[in-house]
This record gives sequence, C-alpha cells and structure tokens, in this order.
Amino acid sequence: MAIDMLYFAWVRESVGIGGERVDPPAEVATVAALLDWLADRSEAHARAFADRAKLRAAIDQAFVPLDAPLGRASEVAIFPPVTGG
Amino acid sequence: MIRVVVQPDPIDIAAEFGVLNGLEAGGIATFAGQVRRDDGVEALELEHYPGMTETMLGRLAREAAERWSLSGVTVVHRVGRMVPGEHIVFVAAAAAHRAAALDACAYLIDRLKTDAPFWKREHVGGDARWVAARASDDRAAERWRG
Repeated sequence: MAIDMLYFAWVRESVGIGGERVDPPAEVATVAALLDWLADRSEAHARAFADRAKLRAAIDQAFVPLDAPLGRASEVAIFPPVTGG
Repeated sequence: MIRVVVQPDPIDIAAEFGVLNGLEAGGIATFAGQVRRDDGVEALELEHYPGMTETMLGRLAREAAERWSLSGVTVVHRVGRMVPGEHIVFVAAAAAHRAAALDACAYLIDRLKTDAPFWKREHVGGDARWVAARASDDRAAERWRG
C-alpha cells in the first residue's frame, strides 16, 4: 500500500525533504507505527520524529491523532502544531 | 456568499470589504491581522499545506455562515514572505444584526488559528525561527465548541 508522505515547517527541514512515496509493510497500521518504521530506516527521520509530543498529523488532509489507524490512507502529512492567523 | 482565498499577494482590504458591502446585511464585522513590528522581526514567512488549507478554511466559513445565518463571509490568508505592517489575514462576516457579525468574525479568526494548516517563521537579525503554537490559541478556539 503506497503512501505519499508530506512534511511541513521544521519537520520538512529536519527530514530534509518535503515529501516522499513510501510502501510500508501491512503490519504498520497506525500513524505512530509509520513514524517508527520510517525512523528505523534513516537517521534524519529518526531525529525529526524523536519528540512525538511536538508532532501533528493529517490523513488525506484531515487532522488525526498519532494513534489513528492508517486505513486506506493515500496521503499522510506530518508537521508541528499549526500557527496561522 | 462565501469567499475563501489563500494568496501570496498583498490583501486588498478595500476590495475585500467591497465584496461584502454589496450584500443585503445590517452590518459587516471585520478583522485584519498584521505582522507585528515587535521583537525585532524583519520578515515573516507563512508556509501552508496546499489543498488542505483551502478545505479547512472553506469548512470554517460554511460553519460560520450556517451558525449565524450570514449573508456573506470572507476569509483571505496570505502565504509566503511579508514584512511588518503588512496584512497577514482578513476575515469578515455580514449579518442582519451586529452580534451575529461580531461573533462570527471572532469565531473565524479563533478557529482558523488552530484548525488551518499554516506555519509561521520569523526572521530576526539574520536568523529564522519557527513560531511555536500557543496554548492561549487552543483555549480561544475551544470556547466555540458545543
């Protein structure tokens, strides 16, 4: 199941890219598990995702908690708490 | 009339006000946020999540229009780089009565701060730093729930 990852603000700078397409194994069932899986694969991801309390997520452009199931997600975005307005 | 715009260009407040001014309404409440000059900020950069930003702002505008029976609602947010004194956001609500217009306007600015995917970066003295989210913004948005 391929997922388009998107990173914003300091998460984007920390990972070093704005996005990537990944294909996690079926047992990766939540956003948090996806972050664990990505962190295992690269130092930059591990650093960017180290402090989970500072991360927020969206699945297919809707905010979700980090323990949310991925379901049939096609796009997952990881970013800091928002600061608009 | 619902108008939601995310744009890199400066916000034309007079033109945006004019859009609502032509509507049948008892009053129009507006809020214009601008980049503060304090803390030595030389420039502010706004990053956003294209697509999701427009979706979330559109949802908030429709919620406000329904909750306060607005005849018109406008949300314009800038992205990209801007300097102190420039407008970063403009929200406006046209309603039959002032309380509805004022409340809808406050609701829109409170909710967009927590529910729309924007991130601010300040440029100060040659350095750039990401602005941290504030708990007070969460509390301001929370008061509109229920």
